[in-house]
Amino acid sequence: MFLSPIQMHIPDGFLSVPVALILWAISVIVVGYALRRANRDLGERQVPLMGVLAAAIFAGQMLNFSVTGGTSGHLLGAALATILLGPWAAVLVMTTVVGVQALIFQDGGLLALGGNLFNMAVIGVSVSYTVFHTIRKLAGNRRRAVFLGGFAAAWLSIVVASLAAAIELAASGTSPANIAIPSMGGIHMLIGLGEGLITLGALTFSQASRPDLLQAGSTRTVRGGLVWVFGLGIALLLAIASPLASAHPDGLEWVAEQKGFLDAAKGPVFKIIPDYAMPGISNSAAATILAGVLGTLLVFGLALTIAYLRRQRHSAS
Amino acid sequence: MHVHFLDPYRPRSSPIHRLDGRVKFVLILAFILTAALLPAGAWAPYGALFGLILLVEFLSALGMGYVLKRSALAFPFVLAALPVIFTAKGSIVAHLPFGLVVSEVGLERFASIALKSWLSVQAAVVLAASTQFPDLLVAMRAVRLPRLLVMLFGLMWRYLFVFADEVMRLTRARSARSGQSDLPNAKTGGSVAWRAHVTGGMAGNLFLRAFERSDRIYMAMLARGYDGEVRTLPLPAIRRVHWLVFIAGLAILVLLLILGFLF
Repeated sequence: MFLSPIQMHIPDGFLSVPVALILWAISVIVVGYALRRANRDLGERQVPLMGVLAAAIFAGQMLNFSVTGGTSGHLLGAALATILLGPWAAVLVMTTVVGVQALIFQDGGLLALGGNLFNMAVIGVSVSYTVFHTIRKLAGNRRRAVFLGGFAAAWLSIVVASLAAAIELAASGTSPANIAIPSMGGIHMLIGLGEGLITLGALTFSQASRPDLLQAGSTRTVRGGLVWVFGLGIALLLAIASPLASAHPDGLEWVAEQKGFLDAAKGPVFKIIPDYAMPGISNSAAATILAGVLGTLLVFGLALTIAYLRRQRHSAS
Repeated sequence: MHVHFLDPYRPRSSPIHRLDGRVKFVLILAFILTAALLPAGAWAPYGALFGLILLVEFLSALGMGYVLKRSALAFPFVLAALPVIFTAKGSIVAHLPFGLVVSEVGLERFASIALKSWLSVQAAVVLAASTQFPDLLVAMRAVRLPRLLVMLFGLMWRYLFVFADEVMRLTRARSARSGQSDLPNAKTGGSVAWRAHVTGGMAGNLFLRAFERSDRIYMAMLARGYDGEVRTLPLPAIRRVHWLVFIAGLAILVLLLILGFLF
């Protein structure tokens, strides 16, 4: 029943111990900081709200709509939680959701929980926050910007989180980078559309019935510098990943070397992994889209930098 | 309709169920860590771990079928490790069509990943099926997880079933209104974008209900003296027998780990 619709919860055994420990360390630092912020900034009213919203997100992951054939669109909820609650509370909500999924429903491993927290609570929330607020800022707080920002935040949070998962698998030596990154990224570009559409629908509904909630959530902001650091960190992560994907010596090239023909060897490998392959889209096309995502992220980083510098100048003058 | 069937806890009277939740929690985590730390291809220690978890499953009276069925849930992810068979360098075992070659190192690494994953999932299944959630919360406090986080876990678990009920009501209302066909692949209820929009509305509805319910919960908490501080009862002492089990379990795991690295 609660079997994750999104192949992003890494089970135990798939991450090497060093990778798992590094991801644990990052997640513990971020969650610890979020807890401190929650204790300091958020009212006591927020505690039951976070707990109940975590339950709602968990249950909300059962919601789906049929797309075509047997496939369906689902909700992960990181973007929606970020938009409604602000980033720090959203980190705690997603931590609770992912933690219970691992502990009770074996959806993702316990040693791998550090990695899953990193992908869904840290990356998912920070990407959502960065994208949503950049778009709102650029569009000058117009009403349509909420919807556009919500959709983009939801889509990109799924895609970047899946890329992070692929990089972690590659770094653990579990899955070759040049297969894991394009296939995980590619399939989640489609899955992310479902997330984006559901988030959009939820925001439209909230805007129509309780516009005050949307306003309250989006005013809880983070200092500009921190957003900038997050944006840069993610952009760097991807920048490291893409040469890894193309220049990794082991992997398909080695198969091709063995046999002497690169193109013939590429197709069949993708047919062997139907769960992660994208029918109709070749490796190079997926890589091109990937490059597009990278470019988008870099542009976001640039936009943030400009906004930051401009604000510095404003406050100086 | 209530969804208590979601709770994986299986009440039995077995030594595993009676074992202190804190001891069980830490031992299961140590088991998973041991499986992860063992080098690829250390078949004898893997076998010992498998024997160990089989023994625990037998003692827990959960039924092998149940544990195996639940542990199969993580199986699809094994596909992510499949390419390793063909891409690792090493002596070649077999040639397949399409120019693929199976290397010994790749095969060994894949088998190790799959086995480790399966062992870990079984351990996690036993933990969840033999320990009630409040005992897990006690275990989380015992390993010094921040109180606020433990409280969020508790609140979430308390309301998870309430919201799962809400989701089922929402879904039933949708199927009642949009009509479903028995034919597979038959289109139901408008375009994909429309269906996504409806589902989004349901999600928004769910979140609004969460906001409203959290207001009521907050009022109820205030009425009972809540002042923003998380207060908990002191943890009970762990009985000596359970301490012995704890030390023996850790010793076995460390021994297996040393064996795995020596041979």
